[in-house]
Amino acid sequence: MKVPVSWLKDFVDITLPIDQLAEKLTFAGLEVENIEYIGVAAPANAVGKNGALAWDREKIFVGQLVQAMPHPNADRLTIVRVDYGRGEAVQMVTGAPNISVGDSGQKVVLALEGSRLYDGHKEGREIMTLKKSKIRGVESASMVCSEKELGISEEHEGIIILPDDAPVGTPLADYLGDVILDIKINPNFARAQSVLGVARELAALTEQTVRLPQSWDTREVGVPATDFVNIEITDAKLCLRFAALLIRNVEIKPSPYWMQQRLLRAGMRPINNVVDITNYVMLGYGKPLHAFDYDSLVRRARGNRPTITVRAARNGEQMQTLDGQTRTFSSHDILVTDAQGPVGIGGIMGGSETEVSDSTKNILLESAIFDFISIRRTTAEQKLPSEAATRFGRGIPPSQNVAPARLAAELMRELAGGSVAPALADNYPAPQVIPTIDVTTRDVKRILGIELSTAEIAQILKRLDFEIEAQDENSLRVKPPDYRTDVDGTDDVLEEIITIHGYEKIPSTLIADALPPLIGNRALEQEEEARDILIEAGLQEIVTYSFTNPAHEAQLSAHPNEQDTPFPLPARPYVTIENPISEDRSVLRQTLLPNMLDIAASNLRAASLRNTPRAAMFEVGAVFLTRRQGETEEGDLAQDQEFALPLEPRRLALILSGPRAEKTWQMTRHHTKEHDSKPEESPEMMRQADETPMDFFDLKGIVEDLLAGLHINDAQFAPISHPMFHPGRAATLRLGEENVGVLGELYPLVREKWELPNQAVLVGEFDLEAILAHTQERYIVKPISRYPVIVQDIALIVDENIEAARVEMLIRQTGGALLNNVRLFDVYRGAPLPPEKKSLAYTLTFQALDHVLSDSDAAKVRERIVRRLEREVGATLRSG
Amino acid sequence: MNESAHELQARALAQLDSIWDDAKLEEWRVEYIGRKGAVNALFEQISALPQAERGAFGKDANQVKTALENAFHAREGAIKQRNLSEALEAEPLDVTLPGRRPQRGRLHPATQTLREIYKIFGEMGFQVYRTRQVESDLVNFQLLNIPEHHPARDNWSTFYVAGTDQRVLLRPHTSPGQIRAMREMFPNPVRAILPGMCYRYEQISARYEIQFNQVEGIVVGHNITFGDLKGTLTEFARRMFGERPVRFFADHFPFTEPSAQMDVKCIICEGAGCALCKHTGWLEILGSGMVHPDVLRNGGYDPDVWSGFAFGMGPERITMLKHGITDIRYFWGNDLRFLEQF
Ligand SMILES: [Zn+2]
Repeated sequence: MKVPVSWLKDFVDITLPIDQLAEKLTFAGLEVENIEYIGVAAPANAVGKNGALAWDREKIFVGQLVQAMPHPNADRLTIVRVDYGRGEAVQMVTGAPNISVGDSGQKVVLALEGSRLYDGHKEGREIMTLKKSKIRGVESASMVCSEKELGISEEHEGIIILPDDAPVGTPLADYLGDVILDIKINPNFARAQSVLGVARELAALTEQTVRLPQSWDTREVGVPATDFVNIEITDAKLCLRFAALLIRNVEIKPSPYWMQQRLLRAGMRPINNVVDITNYVMLGYGKPLHAFDYDSLVRRARGNRPTITVRAARNGEQMQTLDGQTRTFSSHDILVTDAQGPVGIGGIMGGSETEVSDSTKNILLESAIFDFISIRRTTAEQKLPSEAATRFGRGIPPSQNVAPARLAAELMRELAGGSVAPALADNYPAPQVIPTIDVTTRDVKRILGIELSTAEIAQILKRLDFEIEAQDENSLRVKPPDYRTDVDGTDDVLEEIITIHGYEKIPSTLIADALPPLIGNRALEQEEEARDILIEAGLQEIVTYSFTNPAHEAQLSAHPNEQDTPFPLPARPYVTIENPISEDRSVLRQTLLPNMLDIAASNLRAASLRNTPRAAMFEVGAVFLTRRQGETEEGDLAQDQEFALPLEPRRLALILSGPRAEKTWQMTRHHTKEHDSKPEESPEMMRQADETPMDFFDLKGIVEDLLAGLHINDAQFAPISHPMFHPGRAATLRLGEENVGVLGELYPLVREKWELPNQAVLVGEFDLEAILAHTQERYIVKPISRYPVIVQDIALIVDENIEAARVEMLIRQTGGALLNNVRLFDVYRGAPLPPEKKSLAYTLTFQALDHVLSDSDAAKVRERIVRRLEREVGATLRSG
Repeated sequence: MNESAHELQARALAQLDSIWDDAKLEEWRVEYIGRKGAVNALFEQISALPQAERGAFGKDANQVKTALENAFHAREGAIKQRNLSEALEAEPLDVTLPGRRPQRGRLHPATQTLREIYKIFGEMGFQVYRTRQVESDLVNFQLLNIPEHHPARDNWSTFYVAGTDQRVLLRPHTSPGQIRAMREMFPNPVRAILPGMCYRYEQISARYEIQFNQVEGIVVGHNITFGDLKGTLTEFARRMFGERPVRFFADHFPFTEPSAQMDVKCIICEGAGCALCKHTGWLEILGSGMVHPDVLRNGGYDPDVWSGFAFGMGPERITMLKHGITDIRYFWGNDLRFLEQF
């Protein structure tokens, strides 16, 4: 909201420099977002957008046209003489179309030689300095200015004609200069939605009393029926008060310069005197008004006294509003109607038939208070935001209904030549109740943490126009002023006290209260631990949007089919957004992978240009699953409507693709020296990047590493066929009896949908909560043997379809306590093995905890293992 | 002949002095101190000497032997050292070549800042309590003292879930967690932070995202005052941004009263004014306030007996301020060139 300081001065004195004033308002909750300087210099450190041009007090004045003479060499130019109260009148040439030969007496803006002005002939705002020149042979050093040249507006058609009472010789900066505060009004600051409202806050902050117009009376109450109108309200909830004044014989014309200036500075365009007055009162005093053409109301009433009825709209009822649109209403809209039907949407917009036109003679001025909730709803539905609707939509106290209307009527008398009927038509079914609130020194101590006496509290509240009654030495009974409906409890009063007292005066303390029981948050701690393990494994954490769209997630399946949606494919109805920002973000995700694959794809594209197309990333986050009957979740409140909220299980997903390591530089060297007796190889020869592409086992290794790090030791990987994965290269992770996630190589068709590079993409998604449920609160560390180990290799030939995990499990089971370690070191297929056979080679490490193992002990165990494998999986020892 | 022992020593040492390779050194050793070398030849002369001279001659010969052997070992070591140095110096590294960095993962910057916040508040006795992202209108608004159609709702541009008559929404702030935390912890005092993802209907730009993390804090107890709010949050700011002034002033939230905004002195310009602080010299860090009596009541606590404070902050915003990031879209853009810098 734009507040011209010149207007504020009507109500309060400005006792502080502007930047301090702005800070004071900001600290009190009226955030000054911007300060605009018009014709006056901004402080050196100002943020003002328009602080560039200050009007020189020594060079730019209010002047008066003495004479306008023809230019000898140009029809379009005039020679004018302007008096500015200092010696002789100044002569100059002007091309302004609004000055004609023979004119005199107009008040104008005179800029003398050397003035800095905006160039009126250039686009935008370019500063020039006024110099002596010859214009078609006539010397001219000064100028009568347009608004553009002064930076007031873009108007450059004619020069400014100031009001007749403009004081000649006054520096223009003093007469038209201004500072405009742009204030962000929080919804709770409804009372400050006017210049007067801001002035009241400022007065309280600077210990002043607000100057109100003499006629200001918030206690005046009229009667519903007068001789010119009858007002009916069907529901006091919809319309709390409706008042009207009749102003006869107005002349519609432009409003005076000063009023136009104030409207413009506050951000509204002038229209005509009657409309401008209603806007002026709204901006200045916070009360939106509506002017009806009274005669058209009388016409609609067939010449009788009109009856205005405020009521709820009937479903489907229609009216053409003054923007020319025909609008349809429903029962929650409030309409202002007469016998013929609607004449206005309450508080939002009038009807076109009864609007004020250039030929309007008599004005019925409406001032009413409508249910703010209804106003907000209608404003949104009809898409009719306006200054008035904003003010109504935040609530206006009914007590503030009449005084501004009286003021407006008075202005119409003054500026439009009307005569005001003294009677006030006023239907006020539910008079405003002023609450009585108790506040004690104990409340102040308990909530604010400071000691204030009742006298100090009273003094603060008096500055805010509260009525105060002392109860006893520790408590007060207070009533807020009638212009405030936002204060109705002790907590509200405490807020007023701290705002005026000053937040900075509250001493900082540390919480002395008892510490709550520390129950910790094991789920979160374990999740963080999982993150740490994964980054140690070299994976980058990413965080993607929770939003997606169903088609995007469906792409995860190589052959989408609603019947075949194994985890993590979306299998439930989506949580769909009613008001999505775009179609591709229309639902909440049921799986992490699709959005992650987008990120992988874009990074791989970028990486392939600069280095290695390699991705290794993970995400931990929630997915959103519509509940099935009876499903509950930890943290649910004991309330039925929790069942309308989706489950939000946390998932973990991983993506790997590309070489195991980034490409790096390599050094090759030809050894020419004949003696090559270096004691060791130089380091750069020893380490080379492992550019082998990552495959299923890289991903599985990371999952195993994660499980080991979390001390989960009942994991099993079982092959699966899954529409997301390359056939034969996918597994499910089982913990105990539970499938907790899947991993594998992405099906090439799926990979292509994400335009991923032509290399294996390994992905996995897991139910993180299910995994974490398998961690052990404590785990036992095995003792380390001091005795020597016996290492033996064993190569077994088995059928292709025998799973390595099964072979290893059998080895471990059979090896028992003496078999310390089993490590697979080779998988071989091909000659001389027959087809459909493979060889698995293991290194077995034998060791006893409590004695030296003999070779024969180890050989016995090894023999048992071989026999067991022969029996169970048909393995044979590979010789050689 | 006594003379010749000393002469032998001088000659041998002079010769050794110019030897710098293993083969020559071996030749020298064979010639002088080898089994058939000159020193042993000296000893063989002893028996030919008169009895009286034998003692002195033998002593001299022994001295020569020891001296030459010592000289030999010294030179052998010196040659080894010189050879090694030559070999090592033969192929120096260009140490300005880029290092080979390990494949390392990093936490997302949002996670890093969240952890920092957890740590600071954790040390002040706060527990982390995570609550749901899709909320009911009841918990998100009504129980927080924001009735239906209330003007305060203008402050939250909310995403609604279709088909719920706007009863279900994506939480636009973490504040509904206050209700859930209080109901969970009643009748114990509460000291918790509530982190998590929030959503707002915005046009995505450098300044606004449709989703972002927030960390809510709530303290409920006996005798919790606005002074405690200031003290706790000032301590947080000191830990997060270093030793620098903070200021509190009026703000407004329907669920706290009185409410306050906390700023810290700009970390770039130290108050002189710069683009980051929009020339105010201060950076807005969080909103806070004393928990509204109605909200305490909705959480199960009697406001005549209990009091509390609450606050909310944006980890991404804090990350941006600390690292001079000017585009919030970087966070969920997840460009590795961004993520790798943390
Ligand atoms: Zn700064």
